[in-house]
Amino acid sequence: MTRLYDEERLGVLLRILRPAPVGWVRAAQELPAARRTFDEIVARAEADLAFRTALIADLEQALAAEGYEPDRRLLHEIRERLSDS
Amino acid sequence: MSQAGRTDAELVRRCRGNDADAWNELVERYSRYVYAIAVRGFRLSEEDAEDVFQDVFTRVYTRLDSLRDDTALRPWIAQLTRRRCLDALSARRDVPADEELTKEGSSDLSDVEEAFEVREALAGLSEACQDILDRFFTRDQSYKTIADELEIPSGTIASRIARCLGRLRGELEGRNQDDEGSRD
Repeated sequence: MTRLYDEERLGVLLRILRPAPVGWVRAAQELPAARRTFDEIVARAEADLAFRTALIADLEQALAAEGYEPDRRLLHEIRERLSDS
Repeated sequence: MSQAGRTDAELVRRCRGNDADAWNELVERYSRYVYAIAVRGFRLSEEDAEDVFQDVFTRVYTRLDSLRDDTALRPWIAQLTRRRCLDALSARRDVPADEELTKEGSSDLSDVEEAFEVREALAGLSEACQDILDRFFTRDQSYKTIADELEIPSGTIASRIARCLGRLRGELEGRNQDDEGSRD
């Protein structure tokens, strides 16, 4: 079926796909780096009992002490991973 | 701004090879789409929409290997987004997720699909046309702001927009004819 587009309809459709907030897009684009950080922390927690114990005691402080600055979502994932294992 | 260039299948292949530019392009290409499904199709709050948005892209990134048909990236992302939106709604309101999508919401989702096709057609226009239509329609810039930022006379903005819309319509009609031709 051929769709017909007048100027008004085109305007309506163009307005639908508005830009997502810049910070959201940037966070999504930085996912690969965040995943690498996650994998690194999990691997260390599995190999280093003292680090793992510190993470369980106070996750944010233990990560900050090691120079990590994970965002809220990453913290949540790490917490979940630690509680699973 | 252009969506032209790499196909979805090529983007997927490059993302699997850890190509950072390809991942940036994939997010750029689909960020408006995921956002529109969440806030227009499902009327999520900004807070819920942000969670859905990040979760969808996390799933896309971590599960790209599970995509069986690389050309089916868009329906896959749409499905992931709709599912997460329904989860968010049912978590908020204690209502079965499949009862949440009203007729109105369903119509809005279909508009989002059509809008994506229009946006793809937009990529076939000149950068100047893409820019002016994007500024006016999706960034809500006034004629004056557009004129000031692009350093062109404000009296010409309306006619430029009309001309670019005409080209966009031509691009879409050309695509429709191609589609019908390929079905014959």
